[in-house]
Amino acid sequence: MNPQAIIDGLISGSTIGLGAIGLTLTYSILRFANFTHGDFLAWGAYLTLTVAGVLGGLAAGLGAPVYPFSFGWGLPLAVLGGVALTVALALGLDRILFGRLRARGADTIIIVMASFGASMALRSLLEFIFTAKPAYFTKALQIANPLGLGMRATPDQLLVIGLTLLLVLVLHLVVTRSATGRAMRAVSENPALAGVYGIDVGKVVRVTWIIGAGMACIAGVMAGLLVQIRPYMGFDLLLPLFAAAILGGIGSIPGAMLGGLIIGLAEAFAVQIVGAEWRAAVSFVILVLVLMLRPQGIFGQRGA
Amino acid sequence: MELLAYAAFFLTIALTYAIMCLGLNVQWGQTGLFNVGIAGFVGLGAYVSAALTTPDAAERIGGFGLPIAAGWLAAMIAGGVLALLVGLLTLRMRSDYLAITTFGIAVALQLVFQNAESLTGGAFGMAFIPRPFAGLQGQSFAFNLVNLALTVAVVAVVYLLLEHLLRSPWGRALRAVREDEVAAQALGKNPVLLRIQAFALGGAIMALAGAVQAHFIGFIAPGNYLPMMTFQVWAMLIVGGSGNNRGAVLGAVLVWAIWALSGALISEVFPADQQARAASLQIVVIGVMLCLILLWRPQGILPEVRSVSRHLGRRNKDT
Repeated sequence: MNPQAIIDGLISGSTIGLGAIGLTLTYSILRFANFTHGDFLAWGAYLTLTVAGVLGGLAAGLGAPVYPFSFGWGLPLAVLGGVALTVALALGLDRILFGRLRARGADTIIIVMASFGASMALRSLLEFIFTAKPAYFTKALQIANPLGLGMRATPDQLLVIGLTLLLVLVLHLVVTRSATGRAMRAVSENPALAGVYGIDVGKVVRVTWIIGAGMACIAGVMAGLLVQIRPYMGFDLLLPLFAAAILGGIGSIPGAMLGGLIIGLAEAFAVQIVGAEWRAAVSFVILVLVLMLRPQGIFGQRGA
Repeated sequence: MELLAYAAFFLTIALTYAIMCLGLNVQWGQTGLFNVGIAGFVGLGAYVSAALTTPDAAERIGGFGLPIAAGWLAAMIAGGVLALLVGLLTLRMRSDYLAITTFGIAVALQLVFQNAESLTGGAFGMAFIPRPFAGLQGQSFAFNLVNLALTVAVVAVVYLLLEHLLRSPWGRALRAVREDEVAAQALGKNPVLLRIQAFALGGAIMALAGAVQAHFIGFIAPGNYLPMMTFQVWAMLIVGGSGNNRGAVLGAVLVWAIWALSGALISEVFPADQQARAASLQIVVIGVMLCLILLWRPQGILPEVRSVSRHLGRRNKDT
């Protein structure tokens, strides 16, 4: 067993966990399994790439790598724009599709189906605009530094892990300590009662999309930075995202993160033991095991 | 003659999709179960039937040279058993767990098709799948016509069987569970059991569709069973009218026609290097169409006909 699998797992697990946060929040607050969430990751990556291209055109110095990372100041700036655009995409989709179906009192499963249709359309639209050819944020090469115990990581990869932990901590504090967070939990418990109590349910819905799409964009950029950007990247991550959200317990932010890390590690070890071609089956096996043994997930409550 | 042969070919493929649609209609239209892994069930049927009926091949296990009918039967059993297992695992829980699990099934089966080379032939797939009426293969018109007749017969059998089942007490209980689970339970129906039965029946029909299609084309590869297929079948059922078996068949032919025509249009209009890119627009159009129908005409072209029992005749028609 190569200890490098631990680092590889933590890195891909960070991306999965960050992506799963949005999924678990929409699942618990808007009450549907959102199949377009994976495509928010892919759109986030492409939108950020586009913004970075525009910024690079305005000021060439932004593209120069900042030591020790492989990218320049342009990328963090572009991420801000990418997050804003991804949030706009999610809010727009909610306004024209999901929100309308909710207002009509459509069954959960109709909304799930609409999200499935929208996901196909969004993904193919990406393929049409940017073609199926992979894109990259940076062409710079990085050398992996030894960390001891035979493990290595590039500065980019360490940054991804650190930034993920920071974001999860902040989000967790916001949701558990702030008035908005309490309102979100109230809506997830009982939307009608929360409305009667004077909570602005519409605002909670918007905040949920903002957090979910924002995290999805950052996760997409991370995946794009560490591997590559492809129209299907979000679709390929969808099953790991669902597995992480269910493993952690629907509605739990630390749960989604932990679930993501577990899935990332399991994938990394599976790649070493059974081979890379079976990687995508790992999430499925974990999903089935969770549904059989503990359907409420690690941090979930019974009956959720 | 050429055109008629093509028309027969087109209709045969469309009707194999109609069988998938009928299977989905049992799961979704009658019971309200959301299956996102249709391609997995269809592919399973195709591979099982192919493994049993192809002639012996050195590089992989299988190749028993069994008759085609045995392959079809085995495909249905495989699809039914897989659906049964998925149902047992998820149907006691929230409705969207089924969606997520079936999505996973399709991903996992796709990996098996790709990677279990000794069973499935890997990325190259399986060839030499026996075709019904292979003796006529030289005359493309006659060959396509008898195969069309065979597929029409399969669709008719599945259709009549389902129509009969849906008007039976079992079908009524299914719709009762879909409409009001608590009320059905209070009347002594077991919702979980009914759902599992309907899901297994639908899975078996989808696998049969996969087997019929594989034998008609004579060749299968993992690329045939991508999520795209799931998506097309959903679009067919929603367009045609979920809950209505005639709608399922109509939707299949209609959406397949739109698909084939737009594909032909793209290859006419776009230069060769842009065609793959333009093909993704086809999917965008179907996706948007699906969402629009869900928003504005959720019942589809042919809405579900409310029926209580065939013994009550026309009196019970909902007005």
